[in-house]
Amino acid sequence: MALSLAPKAAVPLVPFERSPGYWATVWRKFRRDPVAVGAAIVILALIVMAIAAPWITPQDPFRSSVLRRLRPIGTDGFPLGTDELGRDMLSRLMLGARLSLFMGVTPVLMAFAIGSTIGIIAGYVGGWVNTAIMRTIDVFYAFPSVLLTIALSGALGAGIGNALLSLTVVFIPPIARVAEAVTTQVRSRDYVEAARASGASALTIIRVHVLGNALGPIFVYATSLISVAMILASGLSFLGLGVRPPDPEWGLMLNTLRTAIYTQPWVAALPGAMIFITSISFNLVSDGLRSAMDVKS
Amino acid sequence: MTEPLVELRDLTVTFTGGPKPVAAVNGVDLTLAPGETVALIGESGSGKSVTLRQILRLNPERRSRVSGQVRVAGLDVLRLSGTELAAYRGAVASMIFQEPLLALDPVYTLGDQIVEAICRHEAVSREDARRRALDLFERVRIPSAARRLEAYPHEMSGGMRQRAMIALALACRPKLLLADEPTTALDATVQIQVLLLLRDLQREFGLSILFVTHDIGAAVEVADRMAVMYAGRIVEAADARTIVRAPRHPYTIGLLKSRAHGALQKGQRLETIPGSPPDLANLPPGCAFADRCFLAADACRTTPPAAEGLAAGHQVRCFRSADTAAALA
Repeated sequence: MALSLAPKAAVPLVPFERSPGYWATVWRKFRRDPVAVGAAIVILALIVMAIAAPWITPQDPFRSSVLRRLRPIGTDGFPLGTDELGRDMLSRLMLGARLSLFMGVTPVLMAFAIGSTIGIIAGYVGGWVNTAIMRTIDVFYAFPSVLLTIALSGALGAGIGNALLSLTVVFIPPIARVAEAVTTQVRSRDYVEAARASGASALTIIRVHVLGNALGPIFVYATSLISVAMILASGLSFLGLGVRPPDPEWGLMLNTLRTAIYTQPWVAALPGAMIFITSISFNLVSDGLRSAMDVKS
Repeated sequence: MTEPLVELRDLTVTFTGGPKPVAAVNGVDLTLAPGETVALIGESGSGKSVTLRQILRLNPERRSRVSGQVRVAGLDVLRLSGTELAAYRGAVASMIFQEPLLALDPVYTLGDQIVEAICRHEAVSREDARRRALDLFERVRIPSAARRLEAYPHEMSGGMRQRAMIALALACRPKLLLADEPTTALDATVQIQVLLLLRDLQREFGLSILFVTHDIGAAVEVADRMAVMYAGRIVEAADARTIVRAPRHPYTIGLLKSRAHGALQKGQRLETIPGSPPDLANLPPGCAFADRCFLAADACRTTPPAAEGLAAGHQVRCFRSADTAAALA
C-alpha cells in the first residue's frame, strides 16, 4: 500500500478516559439512585428468604392447632400471630414468598421471550405482516387484563400451571406492542441503514442492531409488569384458581384470612402488605433501570 | 480510456408510496473512472441523495420504481440477487452518512462495529479483524487509535466520529466510496480536515469517490469532476475548474452567485435564485428550471433539453447555452 504523501491533518486532542461499557454505565447510574438501590435490596432479601425458607422458618408452616387460632401480632413464639387454622404466620409468609415470587416472575419472563419475538418480527418486517400481527395482538390487548386472566384460568381449570399459562397469555400483548414500537424506531435509524449499506443481512441486523438496542427498553418495561403479575396471580389464588391450599401463597392467604378481618385485622392484612412491598419494589427498580438506561441524559 | 468503475445509464427512480408518484430521479447518466472523485451538487430535493442511494439499492424497493442501468465494477447492480447484493454492499461499494452519531450503533464500541463489518464479508479471525480495525483507525488519523477502538460513538467528537465512520466504510476495502453530505453535520474547521482526509484516502486506496453535497466550496476542494443536479436530472457536468470558472447552465450560474464566498462586498446583496424547485410529483413538460430561469424561452417550456457536449467532458442540458456565457460576465 502506497504511503500517503500529504501531511497529516492536525487533529485536536480530546481528553479521553477508558470508556466503561454500556451496561457498566447503566450500573453506575443505577447505583447512585438510593430509592432504586433500596428497592433492589428488598427484592434480593425477599428472594434469599424465599430460597432459604424451608430451612429458616421458625415453626412448621403447615402445623395447625385449633387451640391457638388467630393470635395477634406479638404473641410469644408467633411474632406475626397465627392464621385461622392456628399456623404460624411468619413461617407461612416466608414460605409463601416462594410461590408468590415464582408466579410473578415466571409469566413475565415467558411473555418477555414470546412477546419480544412477536413484536420484533412485526416491527422489523413491517407492511401488512405488521398489521396482521399487531391487530391480532390488539384484540387480546383490548380485554381488561384481570378479566382475561380469570376467564382463561377459569376455562383451563385451577392449578399453578394453568394460572402461569393464562398470565403469560395476558402479558404477551403489552410486551409485543412495546417491542414492536421500539423495533420500528430502531429500524428507521441511520445505523441500520448503514449496516444494510455494508452488506448486513436482515438476520444480522436483527441479531446485532435490533436486539442490541431494543432488548434493554423492552426488558425494563417487562420488569414493570412483574408487580402486576404478582397481583394478578394473587388474585387468581384468592379466587381459588391458582395455588391450592394448604400451600402458602400470599394471595391465597389473603383469601382464607378474609373471615378474620374483624377479629384480627392486622394479621389478616399481612399477606397484602407483603404483596404491596414486593410489587412496589419491583416497580421502583424498574423505574430506576429506566432512568439509568437513558444514557445520554 | 479505461473501463469506468461506475456507469449509470438513464437511471430513473420514482417513489410510488404516496398518493401521487414522485419522480425523484429522471434519467441520470454518469460515469466514474477508477480513482476519480465526482461531486453531485444540487439543492435539497434535486435527487442527488436518491441517485447515490440507488447505487447501493438502499431506496425502499417496495415503494419505488427504478429503470435504467447501474453498473459498478462490472456488476449489474439492479439485477443482483439478495446474496449477491449483500456481497456487493460494503465490499465493492460502501457509504458514509451525513450524521455519524446516528449512523453508528450506540450500544457497540467502534472496534466491535468494524470487526463485525469485516467478518461479515471475509473469513478472517476476530483477532485479525481487530488488527485491521486498528490499522484503519490509524489511516483515518484517529489519535491513540488503540484506545479509541474501545470507545462508544457518543464519547467522541463529531470529527472523530466521522473519521470512525469512514474507517468503518473502508473496512472491507471497497473500490467505490459513496458519501452522502459527509461534512454537513461537522464544524467548519473540521469539515476541511475530513475533506482532505477523504482526498488522501482516495489516493492511498485508489478509491473512486462519489459524494453528494450542496456546498460547492467543499466540492471544489476534493472533486475532479462535478455534476450539478436539478429536479432529478444532471443539468451540467464538467471538471471542477470549468464548473466554477465557466459554467454554462443558468442554474449553475445561479448557484455560484448565491454563495456568500469571496468577493461579496459590504452592502452588496447576496443574489438568490427566485422561485422554488418544482414539485417532483408534477414536473413541467419542458425544462424543469424554466420557471426560475432568467433566459427561459418558449422552447424551454415545451420539451426538455437534451444533453449537449460543449467541450471535452463538459455537458450541459440547456437550449440557451450559447447565451449563458455572456450572462456570466
